[in-house]
Amino acid sequence: MAKTLGPVKRKFSPWTDPNAVPFIRFENITKRFGDFVAVDNLTLDIYEKEFFSLLGPSGCGKTTLMRMLAGFEEPTEGRILLQGQDIRGVPPYRRPTNMMFQSYALFPHMTVEKNIAFGLEQDNMPKGEITARVQELLKLVKLEQFAKRKPNQLSGGQRQRVALARSLAKRPKVLLLDEPLGALDKKLREETQFELMDLQHTLGMTFLIVTHDQEEAMTVSDRIAVMDKGIIMQVATPAEIYEAPNSRYVADFIGDINIIEGKIAETASALGAPGTVRIESEGLSIAVDQECQAVKDDHVAFAVRPEKVRISLDAPADTSANAFYGEVWDIGYLGDFSLFIVRSEDGRFFRAAQANVSRLVDRPITFGDMVWLTWSRDAGLVLTR
Amino acid sequence: MMRSPRFDATVLTLGFAFLYIPIIILIVYSFNASRLVTVWGGFSLNWYSAMWSNQGLMDAAWVTARVGVLSATLGTILGTMAALALTRFARFPGRMAFSGMIYAPLVMPEVITGLSLLLLFVAMGVDRGFWTVTIAHTTFTMCYVAIVVQSRLLTFDRSLEEAALDLGCPPVKTFFKITLPLIFPAVIAGWMLAFTLSLDDLVIASFNTGPGATTLPIKIYSQVRLGVTPEINAICTILIGLVTIGVIAASLTTKRAELRRVRDEHLAIRGAER
Repeated sequence: MAKTLGPVKRKFSPWTDPNAVPFIRFENITKRFGDFVAVDNLTLDIYEKEFFSLLGPSGCGKTTLMRMLAGFEEPTEGRILLQGQDIRGVPPYRRPTNMMFQSYALFPHMTVEKNIAFGLEQDNMPKGEITARVQELLKLVKLEQFAKRKPNQLSGGQRQRVALARSLAKRPKVLLLDEPLGALDKKLREETQFELMDLQHTLGMTFLIVTHDQEEAMTVSDRIAVMDKGIIMQVATPAEIYEAPNSRYVADFIGDINIIEGKIAETASALGAPGTVRIESEGLSIAVDQECQAVKDDHVAFAVRPEKVRISLDAPADTSANAFYGEVWDIGYLGDFSLFIVRSEDGRFFRAAQANVSRLVDRPITFGDMVWLTWSRDAGLVLTR
Repeated sequence: MMRSPRFDATVLTLGFAFLYIPIIILIVYSFNASRLVTVWGGFSLNWYSAMWSNQGLMDAAWVTARVGVLSATLGTILGTMAALALTRFARFPGRMAFSGMIYAPLVMPEVITGLSLLLLFVAMGVDRGFWTVTIAHTTFTMCYVAIVVQSRLLTFDRSLEEAALDLGCPPVKTFFKITLPLIFPAVIAGWMLAFTLSLDDLVIASFNTGPGATTLPIKIYSQVRLGVTPEINAICTILIGLVTIGVIAASLTTKRAELRRVRDEHLAIRGAER
């Protein structure tokens, strides 16, 4: 399917503007199901035209949060503001939100056309306008020739498109997408991700997506909220989440990372250079350029992504800090990258990734080689949470 | 265990013979020219024409049909509502008791159901007749409907209703536009079951009937006590014919639905390949 390129994206960051008014505001939301706390005193702002992701493992409360916005669940405590209006008690059929369901929830007894027209018919839109709108949507999702089919006469990908068209039909202020691409295979999923982004940009709607797929969240979102056990661990742009996770949980959840537990040995003042700390971890000394609240002897974690670690057969000039010596324990060949898992003498593991820039099949570094892993002082970060 | 094909065939023949020989004899003798039920006197359709002119039998058939349609319809409406309440409204006080109670009339001896309803009508001072039989049949058929519809609702994807609500459709309209069309086969099956149960009920009807509301089973039973006439055979043959046609029609409908589903799936697979 041909990809159409939307207009060039401008920089979009209303969350950095102190005067910006949030479009959706979750205010001290708590949701309990019996004794189980699904969402725990959560506050979150989402801005107009934002593509926002709720990311987390199953049971973290992300779907509950979305269902509260759609009106299928009422918060136990707190309030939800949509354009400044408290929408508590407003039933789902009177909310200006539409949802694309994980199961697609297409009406099996109606044709594709009828499914898409359903929401418009509820608004008593004139017949002619409904037909025109349905045609426009069928064209948008490239399903014109399937208008008269029933949902069970469609493939998974086609059903997903019908579900999308149906949820877009009423031009909702907020489109909610619950694991929208979960049922698609990888290639189709990637294609659809880009189409969703184009669509959101063209239509200028606010999209809220729930997913457990971190790659999906990274690809499509303006901002991501990483959730765990009913609370938000971090809300930030994909790049910030990846490069500056605020906790071990977020660091570990997004992408591949080495996490080394240790203690602060020296802080900036002692080292004489502001914004530097040194961590000791069982004989391994790590220096990091980072402003850090932690003080000497605090237990912290040092985190560094494998692609920011260099691997070499030769010893670096300075082995006193940020150097890990060990044996190549395992190599994961990923095509574009190779991931080396290195084991030190005392049995600790460290991962380094190397881009496969040449087409050599026999790599210079192989199983059993003794190697040095090194990284610069600004490659990793100190995590206190 | 060694099983020979001959043994299987014998068992099958005996089993079916046991089930169907009485019915076949009944049908055969409905075409008997002789007045004696057990002596074959040649082929005749006399008893069928005699049956049509037997006013008492025809009146009873008409009462049974009206009671059946009315009580099956009322029972289906009430039973469907009960099934919805049992599957939908999660955890209301007394839910467990309510869902257990729906099964009680199924296992209750008919004599007790019939007697208790009779006592109720007497206590209320209601004259027994057409309406008391209809109400009694509604009472005991609705729980069969509730169970049939409930089993369909348990596999019903709630997100379909949520999707309709989400698209601006209020709850009652959602029920009629989404839920009901999708559970309709189960509702129809429930109705047919209720109608059949009402059609052949003797015990409950005889407790609650009154003057002018004699149902067919009651009529047949009382006539048999005076001696079996081949007219009874004739009307029973017609009943058997109706039931057979109903069963075959129902199974053909489900078979066609199944075929259509298979065809749809083939279409979907071809759609995916392009």
